[in-house]
Amino acid sequence: MWGSNAREAHPIFFHHVLKGIRNGAKMYAVDPRLSSTAKWADAWLGIHVGSDISLANAIAGEIIQAGLVHEEFIRRATDGFEEYKAFVADYTLARAERDSGVPAALIRQLAHDYARADRAQICWTLGITEHHNAADNVLALINLSLLTGHVGRYGSGLVPLRGQNNVQGGGDMGAIPNKLTGFQDIELDADARMRFGAKYGVPIHPKKGMHLSQMFDAMERGELTCAYVIGENPMTSEADTHHTRKMLEGLDCLVVQDIVMTDTAAVADVVLPGTASWCESEGTVTNSERRVQRVRKAIEPPEGARDDIWIIGELARRLGYDWGNPTAEDLWEELRELSPMHRGMSYEKLERLGGIQWPCPDEESEGTMFLHARLWEEDPAKRGAPAPFHLTVQEDPLDALTSEYPIRLTTGRRLDSYNTGAASNLYSPPLRRKATLDLAPEDAARLGLAEDAIARVTSRRGSVTAPVHVDRTLREGLAFMTLHFPDQVETNILTLDTWDPKSGTAEFKATAIRVEQATREEAAAYRQRMTDPEVVP
Amino acid sequence: MDLRLTAKAAATDAERAAVDEVLGLPPSQWEGGARRARDAHVALGGQAARGRRHLLITVLHAVQEAVGWISPGALDYIAERLTVPPAEGYGVASFYALFRTQPTPGAVVHVCDDLACQVAGAEELCAEMTRRFGREGTEAALNGTGVTWQRSPCLGQCDRGSAALIQQAGAARPRRDLAPVTPDAVWQALTGGESPAPVPLGVLVPQLSRPQLGRVSLLRRLAHVDPASLGSYRAAGGYEMLRRAIALGPQGVIREVRDAKLMGRGGAAFPTHIKWDAVAANPVRPHYVICNADESEPGTFKDRVLMEHDPYALVEALTVMGYACGAEQGYIYIRGEYPTAERALAHAVAQARAYGFLGPAVMGEAFAFDIEVRRGAGAYIAGEETALINSLEGKRAEPRNKPPFPAQSGLFGQPTAVNNVETLLSVLEILRVGGPAFASVGTEASTGTRLFCLSGCVAVPGLYEYDFGVTLRDVIDGAGGVAGGRPLQAVLLGGAAGVFVGPDALDMPLTFEGVRAAGATLGSGVVMVLDDTVAVPSLLRRITRFFRDESCGQCVPCRVGTVRQEELVARLADGSPLGSVATELSLLSDIGHVARDASICGLGQTALSAVESAVKLGLIGRG
Repeated sequence: MWGSNAREAHPIFFHHVLKGIRNGAKMYAVDPRLSSTAKWADAWLGIHVGSDISLANAIAGEIIQAGLVHEEFIRRATDGFEEYKAFVADYTLARAERDSGVPAALIRQLAHDYARADRAQICWTLGITEHHNAADNVLALINLSLLTGHVGRYGSGLVPLRGQNNVQGGGDMGAIPNKLTGFQDIELDADARMRFGAKYGVPIHPKKGMHLSQMFDAMERGELTCAYVIGENPMTSEADTHHTRKMLEGLDCLVVQDIVMTDTAAVADVVLPGTASWCESEGTVTNSERRVQRVRKAIEPPEGARDDIWIIGELARRLGYDWGNPTAEDLWEELRELSPMHRGMSYEKLERLGGIQWPCPDEESEGTMFLHARLWEEDPAKRGAPAPFHLTVQEDPLDALTSEYPIRLTTGRRLDSYNTGAASNLYSPPLRRKATLDLAPEDAARLGLAEDAIARVTSRRGSVTAPVHVDRTLREGLAFMTLHFPDQVETNILTLDTWDPKSGTAEFKATAIRVEQATREEAAAYRQRMTDPEVVP
Repeated sequence: MDLRLTAKAAATDAERAAVDEVLGLPPSQWEGGARRARDAHVALGGQAARGRRHLLITVLHAVQEAVGWISPGALDYIAERLTVPPAEGYGVASFYALFRTQPTPGAVVHVCDDLACQVAGAEELCAEMTRRFGREGTEAALNGTGVTWQRSPCLGQCDRGSAALIQQAGAARPRRDLAPVTPDAVWQALTGGESPAPVPLGVLVPQLSRPQLGRVSLLRRLAHVDPASLGSYRAAGGYEMLRRAIALGPQGVIREVRDAKLMGRGGAAFPTHIKWDAVAANPVRPHYVICNADESEPGTFKDRVLMEHDPYALVEALTVMGYACGAEQGYIYIRGEYPTAERALAHAVAQARAYGFLGPAVMGEAFAFDIEVRRGAGAYIAGEETALINSLEGKRAEPRNKPPFPAQSGLFGQPTAVNNVETLLSVLEILRVGGPAFASVGTEASTGTRLFCLSGCVAVPGLYEYDFGVTLRDVIDGAGGVAGGRPLQAVLLGGAAGVFVGPDALDMPLTFEGVRAAGATLGSGVVMVLDDTVAVPSLLRRITRFFRDESCGQCVPCRVGTVRQEELVARLADGSPLGSVATELSLLSDIGHVARDASICGLGQTALSAVESAVKLGLIGRG
């Protein structure tokens, strides 16, 4: 588990992990904090924030040096091993120890256990991807699987854990700027453009769209003046809230479609009340393991809320296009026509098999349990293009630690809350704690901040006030906050919105902060805020 | 590991020291130690930490003995060290009678008021204890004596007429057994006065005063060996049987046991060689062997006498079992109420290890074997073999569903064989005389000898051994007959889980087949003689209270049925049946059916047999 607190952020997935552990599986956790996931691990590697690539490269170097690489797999299925070998030779265990803080002996042990395992998986989440070099972080982990052949085989693999039950489905359905539905590239795949164009009766241009970070840049340049936001709360989920607010409020037109009144909806020109996709509408969801599952409508939506399909169709009608009144299944049939990897999935089959993992290209197929099996084919033609090694360079987080901003803040989730809390804060689970600034005992003592004292937290972008929670699982110099309660503490005022050009993700995980005692007025303002029933129900 | 530590106060230094004594000092802050620099980047735990979960009961004992109770703070510290959720740790601590989860200043004296002691006048003793130390269960701080006393189920000293177990936290000997017992003896023991002289062996085992024992005899060494001396044991022929076993090879040993037709003496009478063979042949490794020394059946004390006076024999026999079953680790699970026997065994194991009779090369042979003595903590149900296995794993002693049987999936999920003390010592005799010769003793279906625990209204109570085939009359006459020549009212065979038989059954041969034909059981060899003065209904009330207390609560028919039985017997004993006696008896038979059909272990299946047999004999519930 690398950069993933799945115990809290992916409890359903982690319950399967626990079954594996009960059956004797070994688990390593790489995480700056001793998270509740790491507490289940056989060994926790408590790295410094942003030292992942150094650690991964050193693991690779050790695997190569110890002769534990999968030579046959590398020869047949990969590309660029020699350059990679020479490249990672600079990443010694000693350097990784310096960069990450983790003792070399433990890094070595992880390298050997991973390489020698009969089956091994690397699972990761936002600890890997919420960095300015997110794609490189991922590639550094992919390198490890190529080195050892822990990919494309039953039980082995690379497992990026998706945040919601249907993040994967969103991507599959074309909600990625450069992909048509079914991951068909809008710029490179002329055949796909033809098919979509023929079906829709309009030409599809080979021009990709913008991802969210680019959209905000475009708003800043004044090129993007109108936004239609469906089921997303960028006002509080985006880094650097001050900037985000300015951008959203500056739009000519903002339309928000959601099931709750989010902070983003609060500044919208039009709010369209949608339906809860898990109980008030028909359709499918696709989970982390690419399994498409049917969702059935169980209850009627509340007065005034409309099915999302209806809203979009009606919008089209008002704009002069009549798309008729398609059901969810009608749209699914259209998808099957256009997306080869969904072609074999009828509603009937989804129901019969209890969900199907794509690709499922035809009637006979019952889906695909794991990807990349082609890399193991004997026949070079079937094996296809080799998987390349990438030379990933260690880069420290952009928001550098200085004497002015000496503490590294990282953000994350808690079990009982969900992202910005737009939906989960409507409930009051028994585990819930208020938003806090979690500090190591050493830092709290040095700053004279006891448990529950009000601190002012300042980054290069702004300040917030938050009560202190002294947390023994944090090391000196490392602080932690969640983003669940923006009404209590607007954590993302602090974070840096510089994003990875390859993935479009901002570096939420590494902010440089300064912590001080709040003034009497600031503390009073915080306490006042906490008496507001809107903030703390 | 998801641990929610909720205690208001941290563990005291004494509690931490007791835990660390067993587990070693905590290696990092993540396991409850001080925060140190290395902890910033490394935490180890996982499978290795969880792999020590089986030490939970050992650690609880250490804390109990050091401070007298398991405080929430101590429980949190234990939880952190073993990565066991505190709630689960509390579930274990509160399961066992010898662990206290409330602060208890001073000493705790458990006074046996179970069947044999009841017959011998336990009620008078309890009245005396009240006069001396205040009401039962009253906390020592309140009554000013520093003694909390309470009634206890059978302490396995049934021939002595009265018995007590003293728990004294922090003392040099935190547990002591006393029998016979008086309030004075308790006071003396606690205030460091003279300990009572040990009961002479000839009194414990009256047959030793007779010149000749049978050809096969488990008691043969008793008068000749010093239980503290390995040399003395070897001089009496000790470890010759292990040498013989190694010459025969594992299969050879199992063949001898099969030829001897040895049946388990623990109560279920299962052929021993089948168990051993199933484990030996199982390709899954490692294998474990366990000696069940959790002798808790009321009225039974045979294993205690053997372990106290011939401990090396058990160590040797378990080594033979390990050799035959292909195990490298054996456990002796002894009940917590037997501190004297436990000390003798622990000493014997240490000596055997020191002299190379245990260890990486037993007797210089290519065979590794070691033994750990593990202590129970007061739970009758832990004598059920799968409950015992759970207890060894550090869990509540709740029986498992079977199948899988322990031979497939036992201790830590590995192939495991479990036998009780008497069975194992019989194996030594088999190796000594040979399987066929052993089989020639006794009857066709019941071979060898049987130990009988005589107690109650008998002239010379104690431990006796007879070749199978003797009648009940022979056994009672051998112990001098009914004390004072009074008329016999009934005999309880097999303990609380056994049956009452009347005087008309005296000619029943005490063989497996003989008692089965009579609808009775030999159980653990209890022969409790009741003369015409004994009030059987009050014994039945003790039996029903016993089962209500000792049901582990897993199976509803047992958990509820034992309570219903207790209420029903109380009504019958008071002469105030609900409805009529006939409706009560029909309810009793219903409860019996359900408990037998739907309980997963022997406790529920036998919890009503004594009462039902008493009804049949007319000892209670006569119209």
